[in-house]
Amino acid sequence: MIVYILRRLGATLIVMAVVALFVFSLLFLTPGDPAAVIAGDVATPDDIQQIREKLGLNKPFLVQFGGWVVRLLHGDLGTSIFTNLPVTKLIAQRVQPTLSLTLLTLFVAVLVAVPIGVIAAAKAGTWTDRSVMGFSVLAFSIPVFVLAYVLISIFSIHLEWLPVQGYRQFGDGLWPWLSHLILPSIALGTVYTALIARITRAAMLDVLAQDYIRTANAKGLAPRAVLTRHALKNAGVPIITVIGIGVALLISGAIVTETVFAIPGIGRLTVDAILRRDYPIIQGVILLFSGIYVLINLLVDLSYRLFDPRIRY
Amino acid sequence: MKVVAVSLRALALGLALVATSASAEKVLRFIPQADLRILDPITTTAYITRNHAYMVYDTLFATDAKFQVQPQMVDKWDLSKDKLTYTFTLRDGLKFHDGQPVRSADCIASIERWSKRDSLGQKLAQSTEAWTAVNDKTFKLKLKKPFPLTLGALGKLSSNVPFIMPERVAKTDAFKNITADDTIGSGPFKFVKEEWVPGSKVVYVKNTDYVPRKEAPSWAAGGKVVKVDRVEWIYIPDSATAAAALNAGEADWWEQLPPDLIPLLKKNKDVRVENIDPLGSLSVMRFNFLQPPFNNQKLREALLYVVNQKDYVLGIAGDEKNGHPCYSYYTCGTPLSTEVGAEPLKGKRDFDKAKKLIQESGYKGEKIVIISATDQPIVHAQSLITTELLRKLGLNVELQAGDWGTLITRRTSKEPVEKGGWSIFHTWLVGPDMISPGINMGLVSLGEKSWFGWPSDPKLEELREAWFETSDAAASKKAAEAVQLEAFKYVPFIPTAQFILPTAYRSNLSGVIIAPVTFLWNVDKK
Amino acid sequence: MATAVLAVPRSVSPTWQRFREALRRHPTAIVGALVLMAMVLIAVLAPWLGTTDPLALSPVERLRSPSGEHWFGTDMLGRDVYSRVIYGSRISMTVGVAVAALSIAIGLAIGLVTGFVRWLDAVVMRVMDGLMSIPSVLLAIALMALTKASVGNVIVAITLAEVPRVVRLVRSLVLSLREQPYVEAAVAAGTNLPLILLRHILPNTVAPLLVQGTYICASAMITEALLSFIGAGTPPNVPSWGNIMAEARSMFQLAAYLIYFPGVFLSLTVLAVNLLGDGMRDALDPRLARRM
Repeated sequence: MIVYILRRLGATLIVMAVVALFVFSLLFLTPGDPAAVIAGDVATPDDIQQIREKLGLNKPFLVQFGGWVVRLLHGDLGTSIFTNLPVTKLIAQRVQPTLSLTLLTLFVAVLVAVPIGVIAAAKAGTWTDRSVMGFSVLAFSIPVFVLAYVLISIFSIHLEWLPVQGYRQFGDGLWPWLSHLILPSIALGTVYTALIARITRAAMLDVLAQDYIRTANAKGLAPRAVLTRHALKNAGVPIITVIGIGVALLISGAIVTETVFAIPGIGRLTVDAILRRDYPIIQGVILLFSGIYVLINLLVDLSYRLFDPRIRY
Repeated sequence: MKVVAVSLRALALGLALVATSASAEKVLRFIPQADLRILDPITTTAYITRNHAYMVYDTLFATDAKFQVQPQMVDKWDLSKDKLTYTFTLRDGLKFHDGQPVRSADCIASIERWSKRDSLGQKLAQSTEAWTAVNDKTFKLKLKKPFPLTLGALGKLSSNVPFIMPERVAKTDAFKNITADDTIGSGPFKFVKEEWVPGSKVVYVKNTDYVPRKEAPSWAAGGKVVKVDRVEWIYIPDSATAAAALNAGEADWWEQLPPDLIPLLKKNKDVRVENIDPLGSLSVMRFNFLQPPFNNQKLREALLYVVNQKDYVLGIAGDEKNGHPCYSYYTCGTPLSTEVGAEPLKGKRDFDKAKKLIQESGYKGEKIVIISATDQPIVHAQSLITTELLRKLGLNVELQAGDWGTLITRRTSKEPVEKGGWSIFHTWLVGPDMISPGINMGLVSLGEKSWFGWPSDPKLEELREAWFETSDAAASKKAAEAVQLEAFKYVPFIPTAQFILPTAYRSNLSGVIIAPVTFLWNVDKK
Repeated sequence: MATAVLAVPRSVSPTWQRFREALRRHPTAIVGALVLMAMVLIAVLAPWLGTTDPLALSPVERLRSPSGEHWFGTDMLGRDVYSRVIYGSRISMTVGVAVAALSIAIGLAIGLVTGFVRWLDAVVMRVMDGLMSIPSVLLAIALMALTKASVGNVIVAITLAEVPRVVRLVRSLVLSLREQPYVEAAVAAGTNLPLILLRHILPNTVAPLLVQGTYICASAMITEALLSFIGAGTPPNVPSWGNIMAEARSMFQLAAYLIYFPGVFLSLTVLAVNLLGDGMRDALDPRLARRM
């Protein structure tokens, strides 16, 4: 088991190294001189040379990469070109909203999707099943921001139940925090829910066709017990896999959701950074999100044992 | 369903009251016109930075609602008989936010830094022999020749405003931005740098040590009495979201809204929509004179015959109530405004003439890059209209959009378009910034010393100088007309429309100052 | 008497027949295919569908609600929304199909090679893993930040984000197909690598790649809309559905039709592609087929 974990960690490190290399290269793949971009203003060629020296842009690529990695390992993600603030500080300022949004979405999506998938599988072929699958394909096809606008239109503007935009700190109270996150979570989570529901249904169908389920039914176990105690647990592996993979969807969707709902999170930080070509921020955010994604999937891999003891490391 | 909503709200309110540490602090939540990125009001002319500077800094003189220059930080001032020496004495009790008193040295260093960048300041510097500090509270300005606009320059209303900074900060190179750590002024608000979230929030608190003047506030002059404890600038790039925030009471004041959205707010009886700016603003199309193809006068002239100000008015202001054409290089509705020489822009649109001029100019299909900012509706609408216009003329045009912060950085580039340069950008200026040949920075044609675009026309400069020499209204008008005549030939920029930008605030606010610049003192919240 | 020449038998996938049968049994997939074809027709026939120049502005007619003259109304610069939406289908279809085709082609090439060349496999897979761990929209955004906005660059950016998954798929297909007896036989018979790839491996990848291709097409269309919506996609004056909606953001409460028309078109098109893909996937999955 330990060997497996170590091996996976090793693989993870290699993956992160590839990401880091790609991310670092971003600055060099830009047309034009990164130093000129940073110098901005009415800079003279001397100023630009000075900046090149200061950033070490005249050193060979690998040396620069090495230096960057060392700084990275010390927690230094560089400095934003436009605000001169450290990227880590900018990200830290925006973590709470994004974290709140994605965790809430994750929680609600799984809570809703898994039961739906199970029920659809249990009633395979009936209208319940078809409508669930129908809705899920629909959910897949509507872009997040279109859905967001529809939700705002109904729940914020017409019914006035929920606020239109913004974010309240958790410290400001539970309801203000929650009410500002409900619509964004629904908008963001719909695709995620659909994905999980579909996979849950497919996995459950696979498992329900197995012999041991027939045995359980023959034994006289109540249908619900069969579903939960035997089927669901065995279907766990693909379900939890897709939950892990779906995190990428969440992250991508969060960017647009935060823009529509004016949530001051990392997603919006990214969008602003893209429009401004503020590369240090772009680099830092990609590293962060990739790191999280890789970590989550590592945890998912390690959790397989919980679901299927047959899986040996 | 309404019952559900109301009871949900009541529950929420209850929870909120229990959960939060209720403070009786008065907080003014303001939605600014842009995102505050650059904190230095000297290196950039961007209005958002100017507005920020008005919060934390103070000025020696200031312009009031009658366009008169009044002393602000200055207590007494004197002009010698030969009009060559000004003596200024500062008021008592002026302190910077770090507790240090404001001294003459601070004022002198600040003015010198400002005059390196500002067009009027450059002119003042040309006529200046020396600034000397007599003691910490008194200093003198010795001129080489009389400069009647001295106080006008020192009390300039809009970009660049000669704000007073501590000496060590003012000693920063005039081409380098000052940082958040150096944002220390003597103004009515203090900048809370720990709470600054670029792209989202700027926080100011009342400067309890500030000593306001005794007079009533009038534009930038008079007593700057702060009636709230804390001001939060919440930047909301999406106009619909901002409107919703204002409607819901999540924000108190929206600095500028696109006129199209007025109907959204008019329905709400708790929100007031007003025209805060009596003169209105002017939108302009600015060229890059250092790079082809707009270094060619005939090509610029060609555009005069096809730009249809009515289109730009509608694109910016939505309808004729909120905007109108202004065929002048000076703000329409002000003394120097005139239509002399404006026939190419005002007359019937003539695509044939334009195409002929384009041919004569020898245009060989060079790429034209229009840089735009999608988060500034006024800029973006103009960019779209111009792009389509140039396309109709058969010119090789490309629209590249980023956000405003990118635009104001990119417009500093003098490179060709292949290296990230630009050919055209659009922006707008408030009325007071375009009232005369002296103030209108778009008319300065000193090459690299000019505003972004860097036009170079000795004739235009000669005529501008001549205007500076005039001393009575009639001569001033004639000189201004001469400047405009040459401007319509050289085309340093093309004025595209004049419009009013409404402001909207909740009705529990009082004391909002009606002025071309948004000032946040004197505003109270019930 | 004809002597049967012993040639290396061509692999005819039994899935093809099952594929066609299953498609017939999946009405939703047929619906999807029909809607998709309609969209393609709309895109191709755009100039003849009663449209005007989608770029022509006429500020005097701004923000008119849908009417007899402007079927979908006009936007804030007076441009005809109907024309823009119809021409917008060209962008979305182009991006969707181009990304699907390119990523399949590139992914196939890389996957085939890595499936057979061991040392290349290790290196390439690490790189693909790395790229896959960057959320695709983020990756596409970052790539767009390197260049200026254009439809071509959007296609390249989204393709690069989708290739790793295709490589993964092809590689796993190749790895499993390699073990098949007829492939082992071909190797034993001394057939050279390209021929093996061409005759045995490639035909068996077609069906799963087709399915994957439809999903990529759908995903690419949505990604393009997302990118354009946040301003990192097609240039502002190009009438892509994402752009039309992006420009209409502030006017949503006053002119919701500006968002709804392109939104509905986009959703319908993506839905059609997804339904088609679902149908094809169900047809290909032998286990599901058995269950029918």
